[in-house]
Amino acid sequence: MATHSNSRRGVIRALGTGGVLAALAPRFAFAQAKPIVIGVIYVGPKDDFGYNQAQAEAAAQIKKLPGVKVVEQEKVPETADVQKTMLAMIRQDKAAMLFPTSFGYFDPHILKLAADHPTVRFAHCGGLWSEGKHPKNVASYFGYIDECQYLNGIVAGHASKTKKIGFVAAKPIPQVLRNINAFALGAKSVDPAITTRVIFTGDWSMPVKEAEATNGLIDQGVDVVTCHVDGPKVVVETAEKRGAFTCGYHASQARLAPKGYLTGAEWNWLTPYTQFVKAAQEGKPLTNFLRGGLKEGFVKMSPYGAAAPEKGRKAADAAKAQMMKGGYVIFKAGMKDNKGNVVVAKDSPQTELELEKMNYLIEGVIGAIPG
Amino acid sequence: MTSSAAHASARTASVPAPAMTDANRRALEGAFWPIVSLLAAMVVFGLFVALTGRDPLEMYALIYEGAFSDAFAWQNTLQRAAPLILCALAVALPAQAGLTIIGGEGALVLGGLAASVVPLAVAGPPLLVQALMAGCAMLAGGFWIGLSGWLRHYRGVNETIASLLLSYIAIALLNHLVEGALRDPASLNKPSTRPVGDANMLGNLPGIDVHPGLAFGIILCLVLHVVVRHTGLGFATRIAGGNVRAARLAGLPVGMLILWTCVAGGACAGLAGMVEVAAVLGSANATLAAGYGYAGILVSFIARHNPLAVIPVAILIGGIGAAGSLLQRRMELPDAAMLVLQGVAFMIILGMETMTGRLKFFQPRGA
Repeated sequence: MATHSNSRRGVIRALGTGGVLAALAPRFAFAQAKPIVIGVIYVGPKDDFGYNQAQAEAAAQIKKLPGVKVVEQEKVPETADVQKTMLAMIRQDKAAMLFPTSFGYFDPHILKLAADHPTVRFAHCGGLWSEGKHPKNVASYFGYIDECQYLNGIVAGHASKTKKIGFVAAKPIPQVLRNINAFALGAKSVDPAITTRVIFTGDWSMPVKEAEATNGLIDQGVDVVTCHVDGPKVVVETAEKRGAFTCGYHASQARLAPKGYLTGAEWNWLTPYTQFVKAAQEGKPLTNFLRGGLKEGFVKMSPYGAAAPEKGRKAADAAKAQMMKGGYVIFKAGMKDNKGNVVVAKDSPQTELELEKMNYLIEGVIGAIPG
Repeated sequence: MTSSAAHASARTASVPAPAMTDANRRALEGAFWPIVSLLAAMVVFGLFVALTGRDPLEMYALIYEGAFSDAFAWQNTLQRAAPLILCALAVALPAQAGLTIIGGEGALVLGGLAASVVPLAVAGPPLLVQALMAGCAMLAGGFWIGLSGWLRHYRGVNETIASLLLSYIAIALLNHLVEGALRDPASLNKPSTRPVGDANMLGNLPGIDVHPGLAFGIILCLVLHVVVRHTGLGFATRIAGGNVRAARLAGLPVGMLILWTCVAGGACAGLAGMVEVAAVLGSANATLAAGYGYAGILVSFIARHNPLAVIPVAILIGGIGAAGSLLQRRMELPDAAMLVLQGVAFMIILGMETMTGRLKFFQPRGA
């Protein structure tokens, strides 16, 4: 007992002296001509064939820019841990700009840190920054990847023989629903009889459920599968094993399915990353709300796989050419949800903020929003 | 490790008695092997890092810098340790009664959920609301782990499996309610309950950038250490944990003893959930299931289910987290490398337990 309390006092003493010593010691300063330090934080592994890999691929390119130093940390949960990681990047690495990439980092973590560190720039993926409500040193960027999903749908529609397409989805949130609906609309543009069956797994990374969902869909006669989960690896590999076609998401999964990979909807985060980093280097103001689609280079398509049918490629390329002109409308006035209610009141171009609040499944989708 | 030992050592301090007491030797040994193990683990991990073509000396310096070098590093470490302390108690307490409970995650999640509902129902001064939040969270967590204890004692259901499965149910319940009945319609892409409100948030401990979960954890560890080691209740519980039949023969209420440890342990994890909601997240959502409950199992086992030892072990794991953050950023080691370090450290610590009592220096001499 006595030894215990002694050692406890010892720890407290060591704690105190540690703090004092640190305060006395001169701060570590970078000697060279100061490169701008960019911190990138991922919620999962950097090589997940998915969400995180798409961000990491952009960070790897940013690293090569002159005068830029990138520090990265992966597998940071959306708890107080990410606050400490951001703080550590600011304090220990002298980061001037942070890319905390997971959706859940935004509120409350980034908002809290940004308020305390007004000189540091925070660029967050997917959030809805709004004037007056959120700090000026926070930006949110996102891409209109539903354009790529629509093109995916066109290619899938041409590839499918059973007229049944499967979609494995994580959670019924607006970003996911928009992808499902755009995909289904693309497929329906080929043949209105094509249906898209959706299964929600309930969370972002549920490998076992994702495999079960994929198998379940194929058992129902689905012959093209796509998904919106953090890491599409399991879905794509499972479908390949079963001989079904796949459309990818987030990053390219072509390597995982050499036989069945049709094409895929990929992020091209290099575009917003470059804009943000250049602005920070030149001391220009932060663009608080940054969005873009195919035309702006925020998203891109995977190169067509060997299995992609010729007719599908042509149709998708034609639609893509329209999108590259700008102003393309996927969600048109009068569209109904799968319960028969009119849910799109007016033609909604991609910039329409109402689309970022989507809470329905479009006609032609078989499935229901749980909860 | 008893109060009489403390008195004895106090006496030996005043009287010029040269020899160490056996109690002191035991305590010293309790710290000796873990420290030797850690040093050994650092050497092994150094070799591993060298194999990847990096400088192990730089790695050691970075671990120190990231976890313990200055006030910021300490705050980083302690913040990461805070939830682990409370969650470890959800394992350590039932272990006193001989139960292996691994469902702290479920208790934390339900505690957080219960806490998030309170401000919707009650309006009042923040202190009252916070106290109610903590109370409801502890009730919810205590009930959930208590259920496993009850199933074990009265229905003969294995408590390890029961608590694990109940955790999955708790997480499913959280997701169901957060994405359904309790969802704040304004939480678009991250379904959450309605915010508890800035006024009801806990803020940080005075003077440091660490939330009050750390203080709650340390206080509860100290209190529960006293209860377990220095009260009749604790003594009876440990007897029931050591030998149920002997406890029954002695007329001890084994069922109640099992239940109190489960309820109290669950309450600690529930409180951890309340802290996550009231000090970090501001509402309940899927992030509550971040794995702290599972990390707590590790902490408790390394601490040999000793409530006092939980504190340094949790700080160690917090430190590995803080250091791992810096190693990733400076040496570009992947996160998996830190899992290697944790794995190596714990294998060696657990392996070294077989050394207990082998060294002559630590053997009792009847002093």
